[in-house]
Amino acid sequence: MNLELPIYLDNNATTPMDPRVLEAMLPYFTQKFGNAASRNHSFGWVAEEAVDYAREQIAKLINADPKEIILTSGATEADNLAIKGVYEMYSSKGNHIITCTTEHKAVLDTCKHIEKIGGSVTYLDVQNDGLIDLAELEKAITDKTILITIMYGNNETGVIQPIREISKIARKHGVLFFTDATQAVGKIPVDVNADGIDLMAFSGHKMYGPKGVGALYVRRKNPRVKVTAQMDGGGHERGMRSGTLNVPAIVGFGKACELCMNEMESEAKRLSAMRDRLENALLELEETYVNGNREHRLPHTANISFKYVEGEGLMMGFNKNIALSSGSACTSASLEPSYVLKALGLGDDLAHSSLRFGLGRFTTDEQIDFTIKAIKDTVIKLREMSPLWEMFKEGVDINAIEWAHH
Amino acid sequence: MAYSEKVIDHYSNPKNVGTLDKAKANVGTGLVGAPECGDVMRLQIEVDEESGVIRDAKFKTFGCGSAIASSSLATEWLKGKTVEQALEIDNMDIVEELHLPPVKIHCSVLAEDAIKAAINDYRVKNGLPELVAEKKAH
Repeated sequence: MNLELPIYLDNNATTPMDPRVLEAMLPYFTQKFGNAASRNHSFGWVAEEAVDYAREQIAKLINADPKEIILTSGATEADNLAIKGVYEMYSSKGNHIITCTTEHKAVLDTCKHIEKIGGSVTYLDVQNDGLIDLAELEKAITDKTILITIMYGNNETGVIQPIREISKIARKHGVLFFTDATQAVGKIPVDVNADGIDLMAFSGHKMYGPKGVGALYVRRKNPRVKVTAQMDGGGHERGMRSGTLNVPAIVGFGKACELCMNEMESEAKRLSAMRDRLENALLELEETYVNGNREHRLPHTANISFKYVEGEGLMMGFNKNIALSSGSACTSASLEPSYVLKALGLGDDLAHSSLRFGLGRFTTDEQIDFTIKAIKDTVIKLREMSPLWEMFKEGVDINAIEWAHH
Repeated sequence: MAYSEKVIDHYSNPKNVGTLDKAKANVGTGLVGAPECGDVMRLQIEVDEESGVIRDAKFKTFGCGSAIASSSLATEWLKGKTVEQALEIDNMDIVEELHLPPVKIHCSVLAEDAIKAAINDYRVKNGLPELVAEKKAH
């Protein structure tokens, strides 16, 4: 067995580019390098053709019309464009936005900005399994609500929200529905029409495409949606996003979408089988918990807490060999534990003890075997060193202790 | 974040992991930190009653690599010192020895707190008053 180390299991952070994507991109750097907006010569025409073709590939993946795809520098920009763009465009209709506490920072931070400039935002709580409460959503709608923004699949837990039901509620009240689908597109079937989505953000580097490119889907029919541009300039992307198009990255993004469309079904089956095997093996350890709804979940993600062992310490046991993320405060720049896990109701101690696994196209069974063993060994070793584990084993009620804070 | 060689060594080969009998009069136990902060250290010392020398020290820690290393190092330093000498151990000594980056300095502070808590526990058990820490600028 030829197991190459280190193993990469952090595909929710980013994915390696598929070699076929790289191959598609290469001619557009030094040979077909024209600016797609150069209307008057063949360098421009060739580049424009490549972009048009990529737009079709992207649109096909989500059952949209190519005209409904606005190309951006990534999902963060698409999130900003959707939320700020709708807020400005529909300001005569209202100024209230509804979102939820487990959104990505690109959405939450943008909502904070909206509040600063005078808008009002409702942050819905989620239930303990990570799903929003549909009745709460409907109750939160007012006559000033112009947008509901709820992510399709969560990046930390993999939990998939009830998108079609959310859309029904939005439509019933005439409110636009935007979803940040960065983790879902390319991994599970996402259909903007069947799902009733009005705006949607997604990104190249989460689906084996290049970094630095993404898209905002903006519906043109039933209803026709518009967004106020956040990047002013030459009027590119139908005036909704100015800036010279990153042709090689867009070509790569298109190819990545096409590959996902063709391989998604078989890949999802393979990944969820490996993920389940990994998860079930780790759940054999005592006091080990899966975070988030296990049924409504992306096929490649698992978020698991190992009680009485701290996440960064745990990762140190194997992070030379295995790449993962943790919800622990020590692994975040802010020293705050994962706000997503806190929103699920996890105590700080379990949030600090969590690991996130993101499997991907290039994950193999041998890698999973290696990972299961490495993690189990490290958890057992660290529990031997943990005063909390010792107290738990002795039957001490840790919640009853008064800790000496400093 | 790159860990120093010493932190990695203490993590992979921790010194003095274990538990002393806290019922004994010459054992002092310090339990500091909190699960919500992601750092809990339990440090124990066994003091030779006649000489006042710490003849054994054990630790258990719930925390990151730097927290584990700080407490492991603390137990190494404590062994062979008198209780008075142990009080002089300053968190910055730990920071220097382990090359802790600024974001991990609080781990060394917790280790120093654990030492003082263990000593105070020993003192209280033996009829001596607790020492009140001077306010230090951190």
